[in-house]
Amino acid sequence: MTDILPILPMLVPFIAGIILLAIGRTNVFLHRVVASLTGLLLIIISFFIVAYVARYGMVVTHVGNWEAPFGISVVIDMLAALLVLATAIVTLAVVVYSFQSIGAAREKFFYYPMIMFMISGINGAFTTGDIFNMFVFFEVFLLSSYVLITLGGTKIQLQEGFKYFLVNIIASNFFVLAVAYLYSAVGSLNMADIHNKLAAFDGDASIMSLIAVVMLFVFATKAGLFPFYFWLPGSYFAPPMPIMTIFGALLTKVGVYAIARVYSLFFMDNTGLTHQMLMLLAVLTIIMGSIGAIAYSDMKKIIIYNILIAIGIIIAGIAMMDEMGTIGATYYLIHDIFIKAGLFFLIGFIIYRTGESDITKLGGLIKIHPVTGWMFLIAAFGLAGVPPLPGFYGKLFIVTSLFENGHMISGIIVLLSSLVVLYSVIRIFISVFWGESMDFTKLKPISYDKLLFSSFLMVIIMVAFGFGADFLYPLFDSAAQSLYDPASYSVYLLGVE
Amino acid sequence: MKSTLKKLGYNRVHKQMNDVFLKYTAKVVFLVIITFSINLFFSGHYTPGGGFVGGLLAAGAIILLLLAYDLKTLNRMIRIDNKRMITAGLAACLIVPILLMFFGNPFFTHQHMYLQLPVFGEVPLHTAVLFDVGVYIIVAATTLLIITLLASEQFMSDSEGADRE
Repeated sequence: MTDILPILPMLVPFIAGIILLAIGRTNVFLHRVVASLTGLLLIIISFFIVAYVARYGMVVTHVGNWEAPFGISVVIDMLAALLVLATAIVTLAVVVYSFQSIGAAREKFFYYPMIMFMISGINGAFTTGDIFNMFVFFEVFLLSSYVLITLGGTKIQLQEGFKYFLVNIIASNFFVLAVAYLYSAVGSLNMADIHNKLAAFDGDASIMSLIAVVMLFVFATKAGLFPFYFWLPGSYFAPPMPIMTIFGALLTKVGVYAIARVYSLFFMDNTGLTHQMLMLLAVLTIIMGSIGAIAYSDMKKIIIYNILIAIGIIIAGIAMMDEMGTIGATYYLIHDIFIKAGLFFLIGFIIYRTGESDITKLGGLIKIHPVTGWMFLIAAFGLAGVPPLPGFYGKLFIVTSLFENGHMISGIIVLLSSLVVLYSVIRIFISVFWGESMDFTKLKPISYDKLLFSSFLMVIIMVAFGFGADFLYPLFDSAAQSLYDPASYSVYLLGVE
Repeated sequence: MKSTLKKLGYNRVHKQMNDVFLKYTAKVVFLVIITFSINLFFSGHYTPGGGFVGGLLAAGAIILLLLAYDLKTLNRMIRIDNKRMITAGLAACLIVPILLMFFGNPFFTHQHMYLQLPVFGEVPLHTAVLFDVGVYIIVAATTLLIITLLASEQFMSDSEGADRE
């Protein structure tokens, strides 16, 4: 049981991808069926994993039956389990959303297989317990994302796709470099083992600060932190909405997850340098994101810059590395996956319906789509963190932790950023749904039931997530525990040595 | 060269100039390389080699044919769709470890045994070979797919360039 369960999240989408490739590219209907069934199956599996981890604790398998620090271990703790669950739900929603939005031409060119391979890589990166294996899974989902970002071959996609490709190739090279540094310094690649070795080491570990900087460079590029976010607004802007959704909701989160994992397990020696650096970058990211979110009048750009703000807030919570901060960060991380997916879906619906993404050219849509309008408002409140919607709890914990640790200015910036977020999204709501009516005859006669299904699904999950915060607290407590108390993550190595 | 020939009045210009020596040696050397790639493939477990290198070498052999002849001839010689081969290879890579799970061990735990044969003596059998067959196919097919795609792209841009002149 424990041998099979942990590898299923990466195995199932991989099998689905191969089946889709075998079907060939003409039968789009079969592609849709297989892809959505895989999404459903993934959700069931991930629910089971979350329940299993909640009851029995961390679930571990050693691939190839090699003993733990030598072979590759697949380790699912609560944090990984929750992320896998969120990934599965977003996958299903994106697949359903694609039916009516991505277009048959793209669907025929291996769109669904690439989504499946990407999910396989993302789940792999979440669940692996080996730092080099994490690099491999980063490559797996990056390769698929290169295909997805250029799929269709429009001019802007190729232009931005090339930039994306270049940035990520360079970051990946530095990833290998950092892993090589780490291996030469510590002599192990198993993350739990590295933690144990460093915790038992009482000499001069200042080399770890260098590795921390290199790793931060890598993961900050993937996650879109302050100096390395320059590629993100352009690249995420280029592909069609469903692809943009899956990128915005999931890919940056993998970078955040990697930062959380690595900074909790490896770099506890000189936190004055490493975690301060993280904090500084987080705050600068929030500020840059806020400027961007206010500056643009293009809906896609506004939401994309909101990704930066969210990343900054999560990283600020992680940089504190105490119980409050990490609980807030994990909660906000999961919340942000759903809310970003929901917002991208909603503005995607508006764009497909009106053919226009500039908010100044839209108006009065609430007369035609009242439910969508109010759903958008709920999503906007959820993003900004109006209680009892989930953004509130995450920020509450993070800001409390910031104030407790004496980071007054950072705490105030996080609070102020909520206002900016609220303003930027409400601005979309007011000018798109209220205001002077646009020319309704220009609306495109598309079928949009599946677009709205995915959008509403995300918003409803987000609301339920907020109202169930009390019920879900134990899960997030145990998820955060492997961050603020990394010894609990490496406990599966006990008695191995 | 092509455009020069066209100016001289040749209507139908072949992509590839005929070279008898190259064509005949290519056929022979192709066999040698393929044999060597299979040799490398089987020596891969304890010594240098394996599915990846073997696959690359096999692709190299086929590309030699592509150089000596042209894409059309090559497609007539080897009637295999590279995309299908990639799928088949991936499936092989996946089915082997899934079947291995029925032994009750963790994922990817390989099984091996030794066989006593009359002529060869003790022969090791290892399920990793089956997995490596998948790798071999994937690497060969992917390399070929990339190179043939680039070659046909080159061909297209060449003919466009000729038209523009």
